[in-house]
Amino acid sequence: MRNDTLTAMYQPVIGLEVHVELSTASKMFCRCSSDYFGQEPNTHTCPVCLGLPGALPVPIAKAIEGCILIGLALNCEIALFSQFDRKHYFYPDLPKGYQISQYQHPFAQRGSIVLSDDKKIRIRRVHMEEDTGKLLHQDLGSRAVSLIDFNRSGVPLVEIVTEPDFENEHQVKEYLQKLQQIIRSLNVATANPDKGEMRFEPNISLRRAGETNLPYYKVEVKNINSFSIVERAINYELKRQSSLLGRGEAPVQETRGWDEKRHITIGQRSKEEAMDYRYFPEPDIPPFRWQPGEIDEFRRALPELPDAKKARFMQGYHITEYDAERLTRERRLADFFEEAAKVGQEHGLDPKTIANVVMNKKIDNDTTVPAELIKNIVASRSIDAIDETELQSIIQEVIASNPKAVEDYKKGKTNAVMFLVGASMRKLKGRATAEHVKGLIAAYLDAL
Amino acid sequence: MELYELTVAEASKGLQEKRFSSSELTSACLERIRAVEPELHAFVTLTEEQALEQARKADFLLGSGEVRDLLGIPISIKDNFCTNGVRTTASSNVLKNFVPPYDATAVRLITEAGAVSLGKTNMDAFAHGSSTETSDFGASRNPWNIERLPGGSSGGAAVSVAADEAIAAVGSETAGSIRQPAGWCGVVGLKPTYGRVSRHGLIAMASSLDSPGPITKSVEDAALMLEVLAGHDPLDATSSPLPTKPYRELLKEKRENVTIGISDDYFEGVDPEIVTAVQTALLEFERLGHRVKRIKLFDPHYAVAVYTIIQRSEVSSNLARYDGIRYGCGRDAFGEEAQRRIMLGTYSLSAGYYDAYYAKAQKVRTLIVEDFARAFEEVDVVIGPTSPSTALPAGSSKNHPLFGEVSDALLEPSSIAGLPGISVCCSFSKELLPISMQVIGPHFMEDLILNVAHQYEQVTDWRSRKPDL
Repeated sequence: MRNDTLTAMYQPVIGLEVHVELSTASKMFCRCSSDYFGQEPNTHTCPVCLGLPGALPVPIAKAIEGCILIGLALNCEIALFSQFDRKHYFYPDLPKGYQISQYQHPFAQRGSIVLSDDKKIRIRRVHMEEDTGKLLHQDLGSRAVSLIDFNRSGVPLVEIVTEPDFENEHQVKEYLQKLQQIIRSLNVATANPDKGEMRFEPNISLRRAGETNLPYYKVEVKNINSFSIVERAINYELKRQSSLLGRGEAPVQETRGWDEKRHITIGQRSKEEAMDYRYFPEPDIPPFRWQPGEIDEFRRALPELPDAKKARFMQGYHITEYDAERLTRERRLADFFEEAAKVGQEHGLDPKTIANVVMNKKIDNDTTVPAELIKNIVASRSIDAIDETELQSIIQEVIASNPKAVEDYKKGKTNAVMFLVGASMRKLKGRATAEHVKGLIAAYLDAL
Repeated sequence: MELYELTVAEASKGLQEKRFSSSELTSACLERIRAVEPELHAFVTLTEEQALEQARKADFLLGSGEVRDLLGIPISIKDNFCTNGVRTTASSNVLKNFVPPYDATAVRLITEAGAVSLGKTNMDAFAHGSSTETSDFGASRNPWNIERLPGGSSGGAAVSVAADEAIAAVGSETAGSIRQPAGWCGVVGLKPTYGRVSRHGLIAMASSLDSPGPITKSVEDAALMLEVLAGHDPLDATSSPLPTKPYRELLKEKRENVTIGISDDYFEGVDPEIVTAVQTALLEFERLGHRVKRIKLFDPHYAVAVYTIIQRSEVSSNLARYDGIRYGCGRDAFGEEAQRRIMLGTYSLSAGYYDAYYAKAQKVRTLIVEDFARAFEEVDVVIGPTSPSTALPAGSSKNHPLFGEVSDALLEPSSIAGLPGISVCCSFSKELLPISMQVIGPHFMEDLILNVAHQYEQVTDWRSRKPDL
């Protein structure tokens, strides 16, 4: 059977788990720095994140706040009762033999993200857990060894789990972009996938077109850290599973990994080998009982979210949806635009012009301040805005009406030029650059 | 009287009055240890040099007029408290080479109070037991009769105090591990309210139950030690933020008209000699002007079932970190008792069994908490025997997987409920073994049970008896 026939017969069912590292100064349960990226192995550790006998986890407020803000930003309900659980499994990078996570009572549940075509992706839960250490496989002399770096152990992670609502990889990509924007707008995480700060696990299956029940199986692809690989992995899986179905074979429930060299997924663990994590409430951390007022407090702390900001930009600045979308993708860019628009208004510049410059020029908003940008726009516009003859006549007029200054200049007081430049600029109202005017005046005076 | 026989209060007074130095007191204890250790084996690790060094420092501070609660007092520490730079094994081969890079909060607190640390005391491996026979480094013996068990898991701690090797001891209890060995060794054992003393640095047995506390020669000493140990710890999220009390000072105000509850089930299956001894003690309380009232508490055997499930479940989780990758020993280093507990706990947390075991046990636990809460509306404290028997013969715990559950049956309900309890000696058996009773109080009412126990101690002289060593 041909693939497009299969595509017509089957419909993808895709869900997504996303892990985001919060950028808190310290780890989740101890005071070690969470800034482990590129650091010397095992330099950011203490008895707690090494899981030493007797050490106890004490949650830091910032991490929990971060998780709840993400939950609220994703329109979730915040549970008034929540708790941490222990998730048991054996792996060398997990120093306690269990990961502190949330199972029965996550901080946030039942939210959603709405995509551009009004497609609603339901969010099942948003919960917290601690990150693990990292294995480094190296050759030490002639011996191949596995070393463990615990710098990452205990870094706060927020896991965001969707319902299986995606119908194709494009929706997944848009969801991820929106999710990243929302999280960044909250200032709780930098969410750079290439630094491992955002990791993805899509689960993919196919069902007969028209069928509404969930398929009997799902294939989970583990630990992907780029948007494009998520897309590719989903694409690959949809093809692989449909060709299995096409051959009359049944896909099995399993966990697969992405092979970056061959661009395929590889089976890792089947359903039979599925783990029993033996979850139970973490006895070292008392449960959280929030008052409704405390949740309101968190809600008030929410900044304006990308969707709301976009709508406001379109209405308030009269810019297109396309421009508004691009400007609100990153909070820094949006803030920069707003500041520039404010300064621009004083110079009679319309927001649309500023938006164009801000988007096209790819200004380095680390080094440029909005006011400077406006000055530059005004300057560059002025050359276009005024023709040379008008400029010349204004300058002549200024020189003619200031004989004292001309006299001073002739006597050698070169500063007098600046007085004339100032007078000219006032008349020009910013339609030419000071440099240009200064050059013209100097040339004129010298020619007198 | 020998220096090592002193209580904390007596020794402190002597040190303040310069009748002897901490170095002399410490040396006396170390000599006593050398004399009796071959028979008793209370210690896993002795830190003689460190002790003498700390004693010299204490003498210097005493000389400059410094006053601290435990300044210059030689104390033993149970080997499940992490001690910075001093091997901490929890009496298990799994940790036979483990030298912690940090101090447990309890250790830090007694050190800051000026205590001299004599060493680490023997225990049931990972605190799994009530005999100290499951120690991977050899059993401890009861100083009253070396053919008898000291109880456990804080067996070494109780022995060190009963045999006058240490002036006082820091122990820990999950359900019985302070009160039962203190009871069998005829000394005072105080298990504080769960959360009153920080667990930070205490090698976890069952995290929702573990409570560090003192084993001492007198109730006054227990109050004094609690004053040092109690308090909120930012390193333990389960430690209580409630303010502590001046426990020792509060002993001076004699609580009057205390209503003492007794529940028949706590006397069921108990050695008749012990029943008689506790009843005699109750008469003593009546003579002191208090009232004894019969109440109905749940049969302690429910608590035994609940405790067994919860404790094994938490044990299986807490021991998961000893996976053979760190600490230098493989999983085969676990003793039989730990293996049994890991298996039972793993089973009760497994998918499909969780609801029937762990979840059900937690529900019954809540009922037990409520049962005590109801009782404390009627009575101020509850009194009963500490243990159904006196010290059992050495070897009794072998081939008896539920040895601890049986000998701690009367202690498990209050532990499950997180309540404070104190065990004090109230008689001696025909075989000249100590008989003890326990006083249980409402949450964070350590001052009340200490006061009641102290009143009893003031009018009796069991405490003056010493084992013949």
